[in-house]
Amino acid sequence: MALIEIKHLTKKFGDFTAVNDVSLEIREGEIFGLLGPNGAGKTTTLSILGTLLPPTSGTAIIDGHDVAMHPTRVRRSIGFVFQDPSSDDLLTGRENLYLHAVMYGVPWKEIQSRIDESLRLVDLTDRQHVRMRKYSGGMRRRLELARGFLHKPKIMFLDEPTLGLDPQGRENLWHYIKKLSKENHITIILTTHYMEEADVLCDRVGIIDQGKIITLDTPANLKQSMGGDVVTIETKNAQISALEQKPYLQHLTYTNDLLRLTVDDVSAHLQEILSLAGTATHIEFHAPTLHDVYMRLTGKRLRDAAGDAEGGWMTRMIHSGTR
Amino acid sequence: MRRPYAIQELRGLYAIWYRELLVFMREPSRLVGSIIQPLLWLVIFGTGLGSIIEPGAVSGANYQQFLFPGILVMTILFGSLYYGLYIILDKRIDFLKEVLVAPLHKSTMFFGKALGGSTDGLLQIGMLLILGQLFFGIHLTVASTVLTLFVVTLLLLGVTSLGLMIGSLMESPEGFGLISSFVIFPLFFLSGALFPLSNLPLWLKNIVVLNPVSYAVDALRTILLGITNYGLPFDLLVLLSFTVCTVSAGTWAFSRLKL
Repeated sequence: MALIEIKHLTKKFGDFTAVNDVSLEIREGEIFGLLGPNGAGKTTTLSILGTLLPPTSGTAIIDGHDVAMHPTRVRRSIGFVFQDPSSDDLLTGRENLYLHAVMYGVPWKEIQSRIDESLRLVDLTDRQHVRMRKYSGGMRRRLELARGFLHKPKIMFLDEPTLGLDPQGRENLWHYIKKLSKENHITIILTTHYMEEADVLCDRVGIIDQGKIITLDTPANLKQSMGGDVVTIETKNAQISALEQKPYLQHLTYTNDLLRLTVDDVSAHLQEILSLAGTATHIEFHAPTLHDVYMRLTGKRLRDAAGDAEGGWMTRMIHSGTR
Repeated sequence: MRRPYAIQELRGLYAIWYRELLVFMREPSRLVGSIIQPLLWLVIFGTGLGSIIEPGAVSGANYQQFLFPGILVMTILFGSLYYGLYIILDKRIDFLKEVLVAPLHKSTMFFGKALGGSTDGLLQIGMLLILGQLFFGIHLTVASTVLTLFVVTLLLLGVTSLGLMIGSLMESPEGFGLISSFVIFPLFFLSGALFPLSNLPLWLKNIVVLNPVSYAVDALRTILLGITNYGLPFDLLVLLSFTVCTVSAGTWAFSRLKL
């Protein structure tokens, strides 16, 4: 049986449909990723699953409990790591963990040992008595990850877990998320707009656009569904009809002097493709990525759609100045 | 591992209260800073205005003594209401989400926050009472101290809840200034905190009578100086009703809080 069952989930804010008839099942122990640009409905979906928002229609059953009917029971089964910082700057890492443990009903006798265990998990034992104000973005995320795990939930929701981190901090956090999933058998659902994050981290990925899940599979299958390597050529006079007759061509678009091809084994046919591409001024080719899958399905680039994703960290700066 | 519901809620209450206390105690400068303003009022305003008021003109006390209970109420009004309003900032940042997603009842979260804010206020008032005993001619006994703290706690809970209620309903912190103009200052000026009510024109007297804060001022003045307008039992009754109302209204507002 699936640990999470979502059926026809819909959330409307006035006329705007943020989540549009989403149905999916998440299995025990997997890392599931919702990949999509900002505003696609990822955070809204996660907020409904985390009982922070009621759904407009549809149901979501988490570990046997309906999110709309029994939010408190659902909350006992889940751990939530928010997109924006949600720990107390003035308190130390350990104090933040302690307060969480008390609120979530960790047995008194186990609180201290659980905190120690969580801190070890994310390698923050030596920073536990430092105020959070002095933590780097990556350390803060790690602590919040440890906090989400403190009450031993079956399921953890991570909303854009690596947003605002530098590439090194991002890979570092991936390591801890994987460790959490493998060593503690926690089912993880995360949202991201970084395609490499979904690719590296997730067992299965659902690509979400305008509130709808448009495709869902393992990263490997999704990439394979592209049918070959992705070639992008900048050219003004490509011979489209000749190219379209080639048996190795899987897919072709030609807009704004940009020729996009999906080709079986690009290295074997590169010479011929170039000869038919006219006067090429630029060429790029690579094995397919989730980004290409997204682009094929929506006609948009993930990066263009993503917009300014760092807003949440601005509000934190505003906050530390005011209190 | 299910445990009795009530115990779980009590633990939640403790955690939320303890967090507020930890944050408040973390910066001792805040505690000291928070009593500077009331001291300025007592020392400068009290001495200044006191110099043109004949001794004994305000019901037998000197003006500084007379002012003292009013300044206690002022400290509570300004401190606690703004404490409640901070929930707007907590809403923008995600501190609040961590609490909201906890397996606790909304009223527990609200009451924990209200208790936390009230404890902060109680510490300030405690310091002011000691200073009052030492420098401002206030004579505390065990009974009057207990009674004072009881009245202060009621008012703190009431005003903190009022702030939390307004904060829960407001969308942005830009309204802070508006709230102080339209809520805090009227409540303060129309409470008889700064002047005796006996010689006021009738229209002003009538407004003061409608202000619940007036009864807190009167109660404290009765306990600390033996000067009363409405009598202590009636003061306590009004104050208790006020607190019950704002706590209920605040819980309601908080439970429909949207992020």
